[in-house]
Amino acid sequence: MQNRIIGQVKRVNGPVVIASGITDARMMELVYIGDIGLVGEIIKLEEGNATVQVYEDTTGIAPMDNVYGSRGPLSVELGPGLIGSIYDGIQRPLEDLRAMSGDFIARGQKALPISHQKLWSFKPTATLGQEAGPGSVIGNVAENDNVIHYVMVPPKSKGGHITFIETAGDYNVDHVLGRITTENGEEEITMCQKWPIRTPRPSKRRLALNVPLVTGQRVIDTLFPLAKGGTVAIPGGFGTGKTMTQHAIASWCDADIIVYIGCGERGNEMTEVLREFPKIIDPRNGHSLMERTILIANTSNMPVSAREASIYTGITIAEYYRDMGYHIAIMADSTSRWAEALRELSGRMEEMPAEEGFPAYLPTRIAEFYERAGMMENLNGTSGSVSVIGAVSPPGGDFSEPVTQHTKRFVRCFWGLDKSLASARHYPAISWLDSYSEYVNDVRSWWDKKSNGSWSKDTQTIMELLQKEVKLQQVVKLVGADALPDSQNFILEVCRMFKIAFLQQNAFDDMDKYCKVGRQVKMLRIIIRYHELGTEAIKGNVTLVKIRRLKVVQDIARMRGIEDLDKLELRLEHSMKQLGELYE
Amino acid sequence: MNELDRKKLSAREYRGLSRIDGSLVFMKNTHPVGYNELVELIDPDGNHRIGQVLDTSDTAVCVQVFEGTSGLDLPDTKLHFMSEPITLPVSERMLGRVMDGLGNMRDGIAPPRADKYCDINGSPINPTSREYPRDFIQTGISVIDGLTTLIQGQKLPIFSGNGLPHNELAAQIARQAKVRGGDGDFCIVFVAMGIKYDVARYFIDSFESSGVLDKVALFLSLADDPSIERLITPKSGLTLAEHLAFDLGKQVLVIMTDMTNYCEALREVSTLRGEIPSRKGYPGYLYSNLAELYERSGKIMGRPGSITQLPILTMPNDDITHPIPDLTGYITEGQIVFDRELHSKGVYPPISSLPSLSRLMKDGIGTGMTRDDHPHLANQLFASYSHVKDVRNLASVIGEEELTELDHRYMEFGDFFERQFINQVSNEDRSIEETLDLGWKALSLLPAEELQRLTDDEIAEHYIEGDRN
Repeated sequence: MQNRIIGQVKRVNGPVVIASGITDARMMELVYIGDIGLVGEIIKLEEGNATVQVYEDTTGIAPMDNVYGSRGPLSVELGPGLIGSIYDGIQRPLEDLRAMSGDFIARGQKALPISHQKLWSFKPTATLGQEAGPGSVIGNVAENDNVIHYVMVPPKSKGGHITFIETAGDYNVDHVLGRITTENGEEEITMCQKWPIRTPRPSKRRLALNVPLVTGQRVIDTLFPLAKGGTVAIPGGFGTGKTMTQHAIASWCDADIIVYIGCGERGNEMTEVLREFPKIIDPRNGHSLMERTILIANTSNMPVSAREASIYTGITIAEYYRDMGYHIAIMADSTSRWAEALRELSGRMEEMPAEEGFPAYLPTRIAEFYERAGMMENLNGTSGSVSVIGAVSPPGGDFSEPVTQHTKRFVRCFWGLDKSLASARHYPAISWLDSYSEYVNDVRSWWDKKSNGSWSKDTQTIMELLQKEVKLQQVVKLVGADALPDSQNFILEVCRMFKIAFLQQNAFDDMDKYCKVGRQVKMLRIIIRYHELGTEAIKGNVTLVKIRRLKVVQDIARMRGIEDLDKLELRLEHSMKQLGELYE
Repeated sequence: MNELDRKKLSAREYRGLSRIDGSLVFMKNTHPVGYNELVELIDPDGNHRIGQVLDTSDTAVCVQVFEGTSGLDLPDTKLHFMSEPITLPVSERMLGRVMDGLGNMRDGIAPPRADKYCDINGSPINPTSREYPRDFIQTGISVIDGLTTLIQGQKLPIFSGNGLPHNELAAQIARQAKVRGGDGDFCIVFVAMGIKYDVARYFIDSFESSGVLDKVALFLSLADDPSIERLITPKSGLTLAEHLAFDLGKQVLVIMTDMTNYCEALREVSTLRGEIPSRKGYPGYLYSNLAELYERSGKIMGRPGSITQLPILTMPNDDITHPIPDLTGYITEGQIVFDRELHSKGVYPPISSLPSLSRLMKDGIGTGMTRDDHPHLANQLFASYSHVKDVRNLASVIGEEELTELDHRYMEFGDFFERQFINQVSNEDRSIEETLDLGWKALSLLPAEELQRLTDDEIAEHYIEGDRN
């Protein structure tokens, strides 16, 4: 692998190395630098010089060191064993690196992403003579109790007839499980494929997005839903709960597989996911969350160029599972750190900057990344989706900065986190005024089916009330709440109740951390009923003070912890009726 | 050319610089020199200085000189390229000693024999090796213990402003910090970057008066030392801290003050090199650079020690959105934010509880760690105090007399919270129970129906009824 010398180092400037004497290198080729063999990628070729972006710390690299070529682009290895693993930005398994170099990551370590020794129990599903094209499934292995891993013909195959298929049994990932005869000769199929991270895996066509990705987080599912295959940005200053929101979604959303990319974030956060997820049991299937999760950890103190690669590594793995017909959700935390990595590399290459030092190609790169999301009909006829949930960390919490602005252009859903909500410990601190979702209309029929048609109406009503509240709050700020009539004060009261009982959600409370679809619909219904009945009562001269004192109203405020919501709704109807009668 | 050959060439001495610019020197026509490696300079007077390779190519090498370049000349300055990264000799016996930013003894006594030599840049801790921190550190300061709990292995910065008592607070934390149920082998690494001599003196006196000075290693790069030395000072301190914590199993508290000076030195070098700036002239890699410092904290599985970081930074113009506090907040696990208004009200410590946050708090408090009611109580205090801010704004518009009865009670709660709960004397050491009881006393000023973040049981157990008519 390292015997083809393609040139020598000419200059070292941080993670950017310029090599000279280059004759037969290719653009985006994976190279190794020096005797220690640091991994890098050629990002520019010019008259015998190549600019290499190095994925490891370049300390000690000197001019005249050799540069070795690999002939191929930077690729990920795809096969059974990915799930439950933790990788760095260029898919080196961190557990193996730990075994090799101890608690601190050493440079120049090489480890195979998936085990080539482990035996998997293969079950053939294709038959001899059958036609097999790109993506065709020839058999499967159980990757764990939760995920069936389909063995597919690689996407670049020419397609042809199956001339050999291995019998059921235990094999490693290199074992030839099938052969197909194509016009170009024979192709061998194993459990393992390679795919360059910067190229999207092909699919047949895009499908409409009309099924929501249910996250169990009320403010998201009810007000700003994300569709399966959709894209969303979560921007927020530090301390507003981006990572908490990402963790909650990674834990509870109804995707089949989660790819969690810690891109330039805290080491302890990745450790938390790594330690907690195996312990959390998914209520839907009884398996631990780690059995559907792949972690990519390139923490803030790990090399900056590997951070740039990490999100591509993540999305390529996601696309691979999509090809099997699964629904995947990717958490990218945070895309701002990725953009900053681009900026740093661009600066080192002395490129002309555009806004705030970011390179002019930033929006193109952001668009390319988010466009890899989608609900697809795969080459093999199955359909699967990749949903991207990207955190954005705007400097100073200012959403007008380039990364937030450009991201907004390419995502259709926006969950803006609000600093003042976070300081009042209103979590998730998703602002109902800044956020939007363009998927509301796409998923409307799904939700209305689940709620007997109440969802569209109720969400519409509550959004209107929240808008009215903003206007009323401006008045209250000037004259005090006492100056408003009870009918208007009641709007404030309903909104307050909605925020306390519905929008806030405690990620650490066993009952509240995940809210089922039916329960969300019911809770919203109760708030809306409270509004309707209360407004009516106030018209009948009942005072607001009397309404607020009702025991049932105080219970609504705490309904997140109440199991039987049907009973609560009945009690509400009953108490309000009684109150109304008193005043007749 | 391989590393071994280069090592042999490191014995070569070069003479004659091509350029000196600020803290950078340039030399042409050298043998191939490794990036980031150590350089020894000998100035015309024969004094040794330390430098680091910032850029290397087949034609020229750019070296950053940590002791500054004053007194260097072009023809007679001599250079050795050492072909190794910068290392620090570390030893347990550095505790109780005063050093400069490069780890040289400042107290005139011979340096202790090194246990080993460590690369000052360190290596990232493998995330799979980390142990998630969850041991509560009691600082004896109510607003920290109760609302922004410090956890062993956490990095929790203090965002302060000029003239605010951040030094007093840091010294108080250093004096009072203890882990409940066994305090372990505790020591402090104190890193000073560009602070005045009297501030350093204040810390030394404070350590001395509480009798811990022999457990403190001080790395001082003071205001009159070359600014470039500040770039290496925290790395030296953290390298020793890693040795103490992960090799010797000590519980290390690292106090770094003032991070703003560090960032400014970084900007200085970046500007000199003509790099493309991002915000306010700071280099684009400020985030990664700070992360390389802050991430050198935490705990490692199977090793008893820990590194807890308490960086102090003064926000320029009290602006929390300034790049330095902003990027720090994105890396650290929370922040303690000072508020000038509280300070002028005479409240000590003037910690603004709403923007302050401890991310690791959730796993370090509650049943079995502090007290069962702690999580909900903290949550309720935050929620109620944030409402106080709204009520105060309203009162300033319509006048206090016009407020409703409930709003009056909020005003009362707010005053009690600031004057009794937050406020304490700088040598007062409150236990966590005292802190939590005080929190309940504050909340008891509000009607029980307002306390929606607490459960009925908690209210029944702790709420103090009828201490008002």
